[in-house]
Amino acid sequence: MEYILQNGLVMDPKSNLEKKLDIHIQKGKIKNMAPHLEEPGVEVIDLENKIVAPGFIDMHVHLREPGGEANETILTGCRAAAAGGFTAVAAMPNTNPCADQEGVVELVKARAQRAGLSRVWPIGAISKGQKGEEIAETGTLYKAGIVAISDDGNPVTNSEVMRRALEYSKIFDIPVISHSEDLKLSAGGLMHEGYWSTVLGLKGIPPEAEEIMEARDILLAKLTGGRLHLAHVSTAGSVELLKFAKAQGIKVTAEATPHHLLLTDEEVQGYNTSTKVNPPLRSIEHVKALRKAVKEGLIQCLVTDHAPWAEELKDQEFAKAPNGISGLETAVPICWDTLVVKENLSPMDLIAKFTVGPAEILQQPKGMLAVGEEADITVIDPHLRKQVKAANFYSKGKNSPVDGRTFQGWPVLTIVAGKIIMKDGEVKEGNQ
Amino acid sequence: MGIKEKDLITMGQLSKEQIEEILSTAKEMKNIIKRDIKKIPTLRGKVVVNLFYEPSTRTRTSFELAGKYMSADVINISTSASSVVKGESLRDTGYTLQSMGADIVVIRHSMAGAPQLLGNYLNARVINAGDGFHEHPTQALLDMLTIKEQLGSFAGLKVAIIGDILHSRVARSNLSGLTKMGADVWLCGPPTLVPPGIETLGGKVTYNMDEALQDADVVMMLRIQLERQKAGLFPSLKEYSQLYGLTQEKIKLASKNSLILHPGPMNRGIEIAGNTADSSQSHIREQVTNGVAIRMALLYLMLGQQKGE
Repeated sequence: MEYILQNGLVMDPKSNLEKKLDIHIQKGKIKNMAPHLEEPGVEVIDLENKIVAPGFIDMHVHLREPGGEANETILTGCRAAAAGGFTAVAAMPNTNPCADQEGVVELVKARAQRAGLSRVWPIGAISKGQKGEEIAETGTLYKAGIVAISDDGNPVTNSEVMRRALEYSKIFDIPVISHSEDLKLSAGGLMHEGYWSTVLGLKGIPPEAEEIMEARDILLAKLTGGRLHLAHVSTAGSVELLKFAKAQGIKVTAEATPHHLLLTDEEVQGYNTSTKVNPPLRSIEHVKALRKAVKEGLIQCLVTDHAPWAEELKDQEFAKAPNGISGLETAVPICWDTLVVKENLSPMDLIAKFTVGPAEILQQPKGMLAVGEEADITVIDPHLRKQVKAANFYSKGKNSPVDGRTFQGWPVLTIVAGKIIMKDGEVKEGNQ
Repeated sequence: MGIKEKDLITMGQLSKEQIEEILSTAKEMKNIIKRDIKKIPTLRGKVVVNLFYEPSTRTRTSFELAGKYMSADVINISTSASSVVKGESLRDTGYTLQSMGADIVVIRHSMAGAPQLLGNYLNARVINAGDGFHEHPTQALLDMLTIKEQLGSFAGLKVAIIGDILHSRVARSNLSGLTKMGADVWLCGPPTLVPPGIETLGGKVTYNMDEALQDADVVMMLRIQLERQKAGLFPSLKEYSQLYGLTQEKIKLASKNSLILHPGPMNRGIEIAGNTADSSQSHIREQVTNGVAIRMALLYLMLGQQKGE
């Protein structure tokens, strides 16, 4: 496959390149990047008024397979990723069985390979069975191909175990991703604690349930020198803790989700279970603090926390429905509309949070555009306004709190190693 | 006027005028309950289904009698003896009842939001008979009827709601309804049982029972559940009773002709002393009668008026 991406505005945060260039792709790699490339007989794709960026990376998704195939499979999850403009996703280990054994990591990699769409980077469990009692065989998992460890969904309650995980992970220089939650403080909680939890009669989760664990993990990162990555930070206090940690030179990075940047706890009104997520949608002061932290660069990475659920699981009483949002197919437009269009974040800065940001955290040689490198490319139409139709998602999970809303700025082309896997919202079929 | 919205879920959805209409309709209905032959044909051919996911004596019986006094066919479903134990979803249970011809489904559920969810699925009308810690609008209406009968109006009344505010749907519905009608509502309980942000809903919060009782016109005591102590929200029933229990001594702080209310079931000797519950100021039994009247009024306004409009 050989073609030229023509007339697009190329933006590469890593090399700080912003220029109208043509990109010649051949044998899966970027052969050349220059103005006005012409090769006789080579197909041309016109990208006038579009932005050509390095392939977007989502370092926090749940693909559910093995064990949760009713909610998503690696194939359907990869289709959703392709549709959403992602060329690579990092898959959380909380499957059944969980990725605390190399066999599960191998399975995820093999099925992703077979799907032939976006790249899937497995994340291994921190502890055996994600029970938080004994650390898993990180070395074996690393050899099998994991890019990070996490017990996502479960916090590591035992401080000693977390300390050992942060220490041991230093052998492989991989980040320990913390799902920060004090389970006693959040027990029974269904939404953010505040005005709306009182009005709706739903048990609240105070921001401190998140912040207490983040504070502990930051201190443990200081103690151990391990690399800590805070998953889905959602509170103003988390931002303050992050500032503290960075000022101390502690190795801490953090991510935020589109839903925490766009939506407040008021959305829970009406008991729409698509708004039920952990950490919960917060009140406006937290949302504002989070947006500011993203703009100021304190949060260097945006992730979906894609958590698809079968309809019958979400279509029940609020208290019974599981936590999670199907986010892969709306992340880019939500962030573009919220941060670039409305909050004046530069397109370059936003792109960095989906490319070089996560690539650096996971130490993957991706998230950049350079001659000779594999052609992983995401093209954005910054002017395209489109309505979200969750029923048409490629993901099995239609649980979207933004169903029916219109956003500006959509991915229109996803390319992995030169192969076009999505064009104009249409996914090029993966292999069964 | 009637109830315009299909479902009755919260007190917040009712206007002042609608509340007045429900209360005056209930007053007329009360005359029927006091008759020797308690039957009028108004709802003949209408089907009322009581769908109760939680145990209940007075609310369920009250809806049942309200329907029967007006000649509706009333079916009771308690979920412990139904397809729910076989894992049937709320949605499917609702559709099943609707397919059999239910005109109105009265639902009690331990989870907030369940009545609204059911209402979204069904064409049949839905009445919230209490959902989790959210709302219990028919209880608030019967409390308001009791207050109105005794004190004439709501404007300027000091109403003290005392006890476990956090877990109380009764408190939320009363706060919403009473403040709308111009009453001054005080909420009192230990800080561990007062939800965050409740002041923004219009109530005044105090942790001091004496302050809540001072010159109160209405004292509404809430039931305390033993399981709240087990969850560590207060240290013991004895201490709770000392700090927040209503006694003959404490009621003296309230205005001379104050009313004592309790939604039931009561824990005698814990949140309310036995002799206080039985005193002349107590209107707890009248509340029960008014509960039937309010539910008759609602069934009438939601089912009986449809054709004429």
